[in-house]
Parts: sequence; structure tokens; C-alpha cells
Amino acid sequence: MKHNNTFHPALRVLHWVMAAAIMAMLFIGVAMVSTVSSLHGLLVAIHKPLGLMILMLVIVRLWLRFSTAKPALPATLPAWQKFLAHLSHWALYAMMLAQPLIGWAMLSAAGYPVTLGHVVLPPIVPISNNAYAILRPLHSLVAMALFITVMLHLAAALYHVLILRDGVFSSMAGAYKRKRLTRGALDNPTDAE
Amino acid sequence: MNKPFLSVGHKIVRLAIIIVIPLLLIALFVWAGGWLNTGRLTSDKLITALEKSNGNHPGYRRNRAKGVCILGDFSANGNASALSRAALFASGVTPVVGRLAIAGGNPNAPDYAVPIRSMALAFYQKNGEQWRTGMNAMPFFPVQSVQGFYDLQTATLPDAKTGKPDPARMQAFVRQHPEIKPFFAWAKQYVPSSSWVRDQFNSLNAFNFIDKEGHSHLVRWSMVPHADYQAMDENEKNDANFLQRDLQQRLANGPQKWDLMVTVAGSGDKGNDASIGWPADRQVINAGTLTINKTTAQQQGVCNDINYDPLILPDGITASDDPLLNARSSAYAKSYNARTHEQAGAH
Repeated sequence: MKHNNTFHPALRVLHWVMAAAIMAMLFIGVAMVSTVSSLHGLLVAIHKPLGLMILMLVIVRLWLRFSTAKPALPATLPAWQKFLAHLSHWALYAMMLAQPLIGWAMLSAAGYPVTLGHVVLPPIVPISNNAYAILRPLHSLVAMALFITVMLHLAAALYHVLILRDGVFSSMAGAYKRKRLTRGALDNPTDAE
Repeated sequence: MNKPFLSVGHKIVRLAIIIVIPLLLIALFVWAGGWLNTGRLTSDKLITALEKSNGNHPGYRRNRAKGVCILGDFSANGNASALSRAALFASGVTPVVGRLAIAGGNPNAPDYAVPIRSMALAFYQKNGEQWRTGMNAMPFFPVQSVQGFYDLQTATLPDAKTGKPDPARMQAFVRQHPEIKPFFAWAKQYVPSSSWVRDQFNSLNAFNFIDKEGHSHLVRWSMVPHADYQAMDENEKNDANFLQRDLQQRLANGPQKWDLMVTVAGSGDKGNDASIGWPADRQVINAGTLTINKTTAQQQGVCNDINYDPLILPDGITASDDPLLNARSSAYAKSYNARTHEQAGAH
């Protein structure tokens, strides 16, 4: 089996592209809400199309995830760590999928036009202050939960690459890196996001 | 797998890296979200300043809290389509949901006590795009910057001891923001009119109109009433809700109208300073007529669901470099989030 030790290359590319996009999205989100500087408009203009891009990517990713072979976690990993690994991955997938939809629904409930360039996308829920009152705080809540989960995921990835050195990190980083992986990751730790 | 042995020292260093990297990112995140108490002005601080000066009124807008919904349409004559390719400026009719209000965050303020009034409008284009604009019945904005607006709010807060604004703080404010002097001079001589339909509402902020060729034109706009100006009379000075009553009576007799007048900046006119009015000799284009047919109470009214964010713009209009626009957008969103949350909780 060619992909026994690593995820499918397309899935690996998607993972790193989405990692960058989601981190950017979380930072842009909290910054645009708080700032009153001229960055506000710019950040909002990035946030909405980037969110839609993430939504499309996560759909492709989930489809790939189910249709390709997935490397098994090392047998040396204790059962509770395996359980946490699976739980956090499904939590991440769920939040990646839900968050753009909540954003879209929240804008729809507020009656804002959701535009992508000059194309106006249809609202996905009717205009309602009550719906907005639930969806808007939910968008923040999921953002915080997603950020915390990503940070735990990052810490776990670093733990695998720096301490356990069990091939879990290279299953996503790519097999060709395996030999110099530990050094490489140490040289440029932010790679591991 | 070829794993080199890790000494205890190595392990500690590596564990430290595992902990420090996420912590650094978390710190950066907290900073980006404005949760660190730096001097940076945030939408939270603006809204808190407004709440302090007006008191807490859950469920209401944090500014221009008292108002009514208005319904009607905008009939464009096509004249402004040379400047902007926005669909609503092409000859035709666009439905409008708006709001007439008085300034300040107190929903129970008597109408006669608040000289500044406002008109907010949302235009609904057929293609799904919207134009939202909030205008005020004053010739220019008191201050140029967001900091100026915040400082003005805090300088006019009542002193804890005297219960009145501290004159020394106000003087310090004027020294820091001398651009407010023309506004004070205007306010001193201004006599409010007897009706919302007699008021001219001005965008104050500048925007860019983008034409079909993609050229940008710096503009401001005004809603100029068909009804003549008439000063507020003695009876009205005793009626806390005379504006709403007047509007209902007038609409019972027929629709009320304003012309949308677009002023094109001349050379030297700045887009980033709403505290300076542009000279009167600038080119002005009549873009069409706003007709209002109906008014309803705001709570549970159609306009209640609308955040009149001035950065909700159709293709053909973009924000200028006026710093107030971003702050309005950001702070309005905070106010909208807060009041919808409070309204939902009240059910």
C-alpha cells in the first residue's frame, strides 16, 4: 500500500492550506470585530469570501477523508490518547463545517446581502432578530472552541514530532521528510500549525 | 524508526517548545481581539462610552435610540448614473426601509430636547445588493477622528461629584480637538425644525461613486426635504413625542418627499475629514426622489431588524478614506449584537 504511513497527498495539501486559512480567519475575525481603525472594512472584506472558501474546501476534504485510506495511529499509543485524537479530529471537522455555515446563516438572519464579488448569494435562513441573537454569539463561541482545539491539536502534533517521534506528524507532513523531520520542525516550529 | 536518545535536558527543552508555541499564539490572539487593555480604541470602548453617557437601555440602539420606522421607495431619474454604476441610480424605483430618529442613546428623551435628528435608509436593489446609509440633520460632524468622538463622549460625562460635565475637561477636549469649534458655533445658533419632514439629512462622511468605466468620484449626499423649514413652536416644546405625532399626521394626508442630492468633491476637498463642510459652489446632482408613505413604531417594526451599517454598499459605491466609517461599521455591529441579544432575552 502506497499511502500506508501517510495521508493521501491531496488531503495533506488541503490540511496545510486549511490550517493557514483557518488560523488567518480566526485572527481576522477577532480583530475585525474589535478594531475601529480602517482595517475593519478590509478585514471584513477578506473574512466573508475566505469563510466561503473554507466551507468549499472542508466539503472536498471530508469527501477525500472518507474515500481514501487513512494511516493507523501507532500501536504504541495508549487507548485514551487514541480516543482523544479521534475526538479532537471529529470536533475539528464538525467546527470547520459548522462555522462558515453559522456565519452565512447569521448574515442572512441580519438581512445583510452575502456577496462574493458581484454575486449575491441566497440567504440560508429568514431575516430574524431572534435567530441572529442566537447565531451571532454562537459564531463567537465556535470560533473560541475551534481556536482552543486547534491549539491543542498543535501541541499534540508537536508532542508527536518532538517527544514521541512515532511518525504521526509525518503522516500529515509527508513521508519524504521523515529522515530530517525532527530537525526541520525544530528549525521552523511554526510549520507545525 | 531511528530515534536518537533524548536526555532529560533535551526533553525539558522540547516540552517547553510544545507549551510555548501555542501559548504565544494564544497571546497574539488575545492581543488581536483587543482584549489586552492597551490604549487602543475598540468598538467595545466606544459602545461603553455611549452607554455611560446615556444610561443602559436594553434592547435599544446605543445611539439614536428613539425613532420610528418609515417605508417607501426611491425613484431615480438616472442623473447620478453618470457617476455611479449602482443599479439604484439608473432610472427606476427601488424599495426603501428607513428610520427617522433623534440623536443620543436615551429612547425616552423628549423630542424637543435633542436638536440633532437622523434619517437611516436601506435601499433594496433587485439584484439582492443593498445600500444602507445613515444621515444626520447637521452640516458637518463635530470631530474628524474616532479618537475625537470617543474623547467627546468621555469629556461630556457627568462628573461623579457634581453630577454635571466638568468644564475643565471640556476645555481640555477643545484644545485637543479644535476642529469642534465650528460645530459649537453652528449648534449655538441652530433652531430645530418643527418636523422630521422639514429636515435636511446629510451623509457627512464622504464616499466614492464608481462609474461604468471604473472611475472613482468622491461624493457626499443629502436628503433635501420638499417641505420648507419651519422652526419648532411653543406647543412642540411641551410635547415629548411631537415628531412622531407630526409624522403620522402628515403621512395620513399624503406621502412625504426628499430629493437625493449628490455633491461632487472639488479639487482640494478631502474625503477623510467629516468635520469640514465642502464649499457651496460644488457640483450638485439631483439623483431622484425619496417618497415615504408609511411609518410604524420601531420595536417589532421592520426597521428594528436593520443595522444601518454605512459600509453595506452596492457595487458602484465604496467607502472613502474617512476614518469614521470603519468605526461606525464596527460600533454599529456591537450595538446590533447587544440589542438583538437583549430583545431575544426579553421574550
